[in-house]
This record gives sequence, C-alpha cells and structure tokens, in this order.
Amino acid sequence: MTAEAGLAALWLAAALSLLGLFLSVLHVRGKLEADQSVRGLAIVQGLLCLFAFAMLLVVFARTDLSVALVVANSHSAKPFIYKIAGAWGNHEGSMLLWVTVLGLSGAALGAFSRQLPSRTMIAALGAQAALALGFHAFLLLASNPFARLDPAAAEGRGLNPLLQDPGLAFHPPTLYLGYVGLSVAFSLAVGAMLAGDVDRQLGRAMRPWVLGAWIFLTLGITAGSYWAYYELGWGGWWFWDPVENASLMPWLAATALLHSVAVLVARNALKAWTMMLAVIAFSMSMVGTFLVRSGILTSVHAFAVDPTRGAFILILLGLYVTAAFVLFAVRAGKLREGAPFELVSREAAIVVNNLLLTVILGIVFIGTLYPLMAEAVTGEKLSVGAPYFNAVAGPLAILLGILLAVGPLLSWRSESRPVLRKLALPGLIAATVLVIAFLAWPQSTSLTKFGLALAAGLAPAAILPLIGRNPLRTPLAIWGMAIAHLGAAVAVAGMAADSAFTVEKLAASRPGETIEVGPWLVKFEGVRPVAGPNWTAVEAELRASRGGGVHVLRPQSRFFTDPPTETNEAAIKTVMSGQLYTVIGQSDPEGRWQLRFWWKPLVTLIWFGGGLVGLGGLLALIGHARRALRRRAYR
Amino acid sequence: MSRALRLLPIILIVWILGTFAWKLVQPSDPTVRSQLVNRQVPAFALPAAVPGVPPLRSSDLATGEPRLLNVFASWCVPCVAEASVLEELHAKGAKIEGIAIRDTPGAVAAFLERHGNPYTRIGSDRNSRVQLALGSAGVPETFVIDGKGVIRLQHIGPIKPEDVPGILAKLEEVR
Amino acid sequence: MRLLALLALALATPLMAQSNMPPSYWAYRQLPDARQEAQAQALMQELRCLVCQGQSIADSDAELAGDMRDLVRRRIAAGEKPSEIRAWLIDRYGDWVSYRPSAAPIAWPLWAAPIILLIFGGAIVAGRLKRTKS
Repeated sequence: MTAEAGLAALWLAAALSLLGLFLSVLHVRGKLEADQSVRGLAIVQGLLCLFAFAMLLVVFARTDLSVALVVANSHSAKPFIYKIAGAWGNHEGSMLLWVTVLGLSGAALGAFSRQLPSRTMIAALGAQAALALGFHAFLLLASNPFARLDPAAAEGRGLNPLLQDPGLAFHPPTLYLGYVGLSVAFSLAVGAMLAGDVDRQLGRAMRPWVLGAWIFLTLGITAGSYWAYYELGWGGWWFWDPVENASLMPWLAATALLHSVAVLVARNALKAWTMMLAVIAFSMSMVGTFLVRSGILTSVHAFAVDPTRGAFILILLGLYVTAAFVLFAVRAGKLREGAPFELVSREAAIVVNNLLLTVILGIVFIGTLYPLMAEAVTGEKLSVGAPYFNAVAGPLAILLGILLAVGPLLSWRSESRPVLRKLALPGLIAATVLVIAFLAWPQSTSLTKFGLALAAGLAPAAILPLIGRNPLRTPLAIWGMAIAHLGAAVAVAGMAADSAFTVEKLAASRPGETIEVGPWLVKFEGVRPVAGPNWTAVEAELRASRGGGVHVLRPQSRFFTDPPTETNEAAIKTVMSGQLYTVIGQSDPEGRWQLRFWWKPLVTLIWFGGGLVGLGGLLALIGHARRALRRRAYR
Repeated sequence: MSRALRLLPIILIVWILGTFAWKLVQPSDPTVRSQLVNRQVPAFALPAAVPGVPPLRSSDLATGEPRLLNVFASWCVPCVAEASVLEELHAKGAKIEGIAIRDTPGAVAAFLERHGNPYTRIGSDRNSRVQLALGSAGVPETFVIDGKGVIRLQHIGPIKPEDVPGILAKLEEVR
Repeated sequence: MRLLALLALALATPLMAQSNMPPSYWAYRQLPDARQEAQAQALMQELRCLVCQGQSIADSDAELAGDMRDLVRRRIAAGEKPSEIRAWLIDRYGDWVSYRPSAAPIAWPLWAAPIILLIFGGAIVAGRLKRTKS
C-alpha cells in the first residue's frame, strides 16, 4: 500500500505540474488571471513529492522486500540508519530525492516569493513546472522507485559496504539541495527573460536561492571530499574523478553567478552575464546528473549503468538547455545596459572574477569530456587526470585568489583611492612565504609553493574589509564575505600543506614493533578479530605518541558478506597540527602485517576552510534576509 | 553581447550533446588492449612454473613456427573453461606456450592435472612483470605470434569454442 | 566475466578474483632513498590502474596495481627516469595508462583549449570594459 501511495502521489504531482505549466503559459500570454492557481499548484505538487519520498523512506525503513528497489539495495541485517540512507544510495531513490527537492523548491518559490511582478513570477513557476514535468516523466517511466517484486524476495542484496557510512546520510541530500536549488535560479532567469524583466528586483529575488544552493553545494562537496578521504584508505581528498568534476562544475558556475547577482542588485549591471550564468549553473547540474547515471564515463562513484536511462536524461537535458540558450540568444540583445563602471572598480573585478571562474569551469568540463571526444573522433583512448587539471586550472586559481584579495577593497563604479597600499602587508607576507617555500621545500611543486604563499597573503587580506569598521554596525553580509574569502584562504592553505608536508610510511611489521612516522612513534601492539552488525574484521591496535600523551588508534580491515567485499577502515587521530592517518592491510606468511601511515600536517584546514566558506555564505544569506524584512517593514 | 556570440553556445551544445548521444549508442568497451600488436615480443626469460614442464624464453617464440602464447593462472576462473578449448586447439596442431601469472608450482600442477596440459612450455611470472611487458591487463589472454616473434593478434578473455576457427586461421595466415 | 570482475573491483576488493600469492615486494614498501621514493610516488599518482574504475596505481589495492608499483619502484631504484618508465608503459598500453596527457597530436586540442578560452573570454571582457569606459 505504501509504495502504491507514493507512486500515486508522483503521478498526481506530474499531472499537476502539467496543469501548472499550461496555466502559466496562459497567464503569461495575458489570456487568464492564474497567479493564485499556479502558485497553489506549485505548492501542492511539492508537498506530493515530499509525501512520495516519505513513502520511500518508510518502505526502506521496514525493509519491505516486495519492493524491487529495497531488494536490490538493502538487507534486513543492515543498521537502521543505513536502511534509511540507503533509500537514496541508488539511482531510483536518489532520482526521487532530486525530483522532491525540485518540487519543494517550486513550492517555496510559489509560496514565499512576492517581490516580483506577477508575469515574471508565473513565467518562472512555469519554467519550474516544465523542469518538474520532464524529470517526473523520467522518474515514472524509466526509474520507478516503487516497482513491486512479485513474489517478494526472501532477502535483499545488501548495500555496497563503502556506502554504509554516515557520509551517505549527509553528502547526497546536501549536494542535491545544491544542484536542484539552482533550478530556481534557472527558472527565474528564464521567467525574467520571457517576461522581459531583468533588473534589480530580479537580482534580489534570485540571490537567496543562489546563495542557499551554493552553500549546500559547498558543504556537500566538502563533506564528499572528507568522506572519500577517510573511506578510500589512501589519504587522497580529490581525484578529478568525472563524478567529482560533475559536482564541481555547478559549484564554479554558482560561485560566478553569486558574484554576478550581487552586481545586478547593487548596480543593475551585468544583466546578460547573470542570466547566462544562471542558465549555465543548472545546466551543469543536469549535465552532471547525466554523466553520473548514463555510464558513458568510468568512475568509482558512478551509479548502475543503463544507456536507455542515459538517453532519456540526454533528451531532457538537450531540450531544457537548448531552449534556455535559444531564449538567451533571442532576448539578451534587449537587456538594457545597466550603470556604467570604470576599469578599476568592483564591477570590473567581478567581471574578471566571472571570467576566471568560467574559464576554470571550461577547463574542468573539457578535461572531463576530452577522453570521450577523442575516442569519438580517433577511436583512441586517453586519460585526463590530476596532472592536467593542476597544470592548467592551478595557475588560474592562483590568479583568482589574488583577485579575491583585491576585489572587495574596490568601490563600486570607480576606484580612485590607492587601495593597493592596504595590501602591502598581505603582499609582503605572501612574498616571504613564497621565498621560504622555495628554500625549505624545494621538492614540492610550483603550484604548492604558490598556494602556500597565496593562502598566507589572502587570509589577512580577506579580513581587510572589516578593519576600520564598527563590528556591530557592519552589515552581516560583509562579515559573510570576509569569512567566506577567509575560508577559501584556509582551504588553500590546507591543500598546499597536504601537498608539501605529508609524510608517508609503509611498513611490514610484527606485533611489538615500533614505526617512525615523521614526528610520531607508533607502536604496533597486535591484531584481534572483531565483528559488527554485518561484517567481521581484523583490528590492529596502534599506540602513537610524539613526546606527549599516547593516542590509541584501531584501524580495521573489514569483510562484508552481502555483497562479499573487503574494505579498509582507516583510523585517524586528529590533533591541532594535523592528522595521523593509519591503515592496516594484509598479513604475509611470515606474520608481518602491512601497515600504512600518513602524517598530514594541517590537512584538516581543507575541510575547515570549506566549512568557513559555507558559514560565510550563511551569514550573507541571513544578512540579506534581515535587510529585506526591514525594508518591507518600513513600507 | 553580439548575435554571433550568443549563437556560439548553441553550436557548442549541439556538438557536445551529439557526442553524448554517440557514446550512448556505442557499446561500451572497457578492455585495455595491448599496443604491441604487429611488434616484436619483448625479450624475457621466465623460470619454469611447474617441475617437468620447460621454462619459457622470448627466443622460444621466434623459432620459425607460429605459436599461441596463453597468459593464464590457476586461480583464474574463466581459465578453467578455456582449458578444454586450448586442448582442442592443441589437438588441431596449434603450439601453445603458457605464462602462469602470480602462481605457485603446486597450484599450477594441480590445475594442469585437473584440466589437462596443452602447453609446450610454461613460464612463471610471479610479479606480472612479463604480463606488463606484453601490454596484457588480465587473465586469460592469448597472443598469436608468428615465426619471427612478432605479435600478430591479441585475444582478450577466454577463447570460446566459436573463436577456434578464427585463431587457427590466423595461425595459418602468419605462417 | 572480466567485466563483472572489473565492476566489482571498482570500489572494494572482492574476495574472488585474487591470486594465492602475496603482493610483490615493492608493492607496499617504500624505497630507502627518500628522493627516489618521492619520484616514484609522483609517477605512481599519474599512472592509471588497468583494472580499476578510474584510480591511480598509488590509490589502489588491486594486485596488478601493486605489481605496477613494484615495477615503478624497482626501475627508479635502478636509476631509470620517471619519464622513461612512463613512456615504456604508454608503449604497451597506450595514452590511456597515463593520467598526464601526452604531447602527442591527439592531446593538442586539450592543451590548446584553456589558452583559447582565456583569449576568447578575455576578448569579451575587454570589450565589455571598453564599452563602460565611455
């Protein structure tokens, strides 16, 4: 019954989005006054999707083995949290999550967005309904999560052990809120271009959505990076894997969009850029969904491969993206230029910022797809990985970092003051660190050295906009900007530190031996068998110390039965100055165990920085919201 | 923005979507092929894998007569099925040399006893070094090598009964 | 069958497709010379695991990846340059085995693209900034 209720809700929601689209077209053409109806339909449709998703959760929570999806991805012996999180740890369930967020975004847009003229708003809701319709069709026709299995199976096939981790509970939902939140920016842009109404008001309406989606994307990517770091057992935190790139591309577009919208609101300028970026951002979300689910790119993260599903998404993607870009091509000429600005001004800095971000986006896009293109044209296979991206996007990222220091200090319209003087001290710090890096760590890569220097200079520079202001009277949005930029500096510091300072030690040890890892002395006490709810493991006891107290670490080598796999569970000790990362491998016939150690100074800054960036965004979001409420109160 | 500029994204989109569509339609081929086809077998000298069966050197592959080089292992499940097909090829006159990957003498001996021994020589490649030198990426794989020691064909995966005529024909062709 | 094994190897080591032998000597041992080990490590990060779903041999527990690490370390210890070892592997497996795209003609558009993007984007931006000046 539960599954059928969920399925019925989805069909109803699809029908309502069709109706909503129809009514919005009539309203925009002036044939009908349907403002309330379209808004209402959007709200109901969102709630129906939420209900359907709740039904999916119920079905997984109960391990209902008459539902095919549960049988394929769950097991009655699984821990409860993974039964729930397993609902979205597969293609159909995650697609339902996608559609639910899409529906709820439309609902929120319809319910709370009041500041735009009715025609623009309804056009936007119509665009959102069109998106929903396509993805509902995909879900219902090609990826039904509620399909029944008759007769019901005796037991499920279990969830991939690598996914049985708290990361699964957090990472996908957060990312989807980001990806799909960008749909609202897309719809607002399409709606505004259709209605011919691109101005400050649109910027104000769009900004919270862009900010919100961007915050979730930032946190989702950060969480995903940390999850891969501790799960995969080798201490890497980014692999330029196609699926990772698929999440990075919308983020890059959203970051550029965020800054562009700020200019639209402040100066009523950069209209064409903002519209284009809004379209690109969600397009990248859809491209990402396609790449991950179609199987055309090999990746550790990819879902089960199905070319027919891939074809469906490709058609949807093709329709939406082409339509949006055609609309842009037709309407962009009519966008009236906003207020002019000088070469040295904040607007100009943001234009250059957009350029750099877009070029980096292009590089990631090209690098990810080039193997595919090359194979299509020549039949030969090649691989594009970290060496390419670091070599090409790295220098641009450094330039972007420098811009981050300069931009916020410039005034709108025209900057005539000698602001560069304020950057003298940060510049000096950066130069000093660069020299030290060349002398002390000559074997590290150039990118690493410049990264260290950039982080050292950018951190104080990011706080400069706050200096000289009364902290209590500084708008929250300025705090947000400073903290977000500071977060970027912190993250870069972590990345460069990981590259420059990491010490690796591989050992084949017998119990009782001590291994030296950088400043640490690690005593291998021994191994013992342990068991969990659906696994057994060999657990090592390690006692690590570096002068002070002793830390106990227990890395495991785990064996799962459903499906039969072996994984490494790293044991990580976090101290103020970094992390000691330990892994146990196989034993050899002579009784020695493979142990792998990494001492990674300052590596946690990577994710701490990511968190700060998200926090900065959140402060800005709250700051803008408070201002908007205050403005409404005055009217 | 000029009109031409605004049309450019659409052209790019069509091109990219076209490539995606092409790739969807293509059957996915994840096999990694060796680049040494039509090139000389790299020089190697492997110890014997099993007492009683001679060891394998690269010079043994350039004696004037075309041979099959079969890369296998006792722990490789598809090799079991392939064993009978190799017997068939051997019976039809093909000379087969073997390389046992990451294997012990005892395990190889047991495998040969259970599934037959169509091999003239078997080399033991404990660390996959010769396998890497050949451009092979898994087991089982079979190479057709002509009399001069040049690799003329790489067959990835187990040889199935329907592949036998093709392999025999290739052996004849390179004679 | 190999495809199944490949897919299973993708994320974690399955307990079926493994040999009976321990890993090669240098698969999980570092070279005693720190500089050589750093060279080997840098190269291993750039070589693609032949049986995995998109991992370098430095990040994989697959047996063949271990054997490749053994090969790399052995040769670096013997004095070979990383570029020579990479070339040797590309000679056997094609450009696919190297995560660093080569300088071969097939990769020229890849290296040219960022430059073209920058020039193109720069031209658009320059045009925009010039317009606002008046």
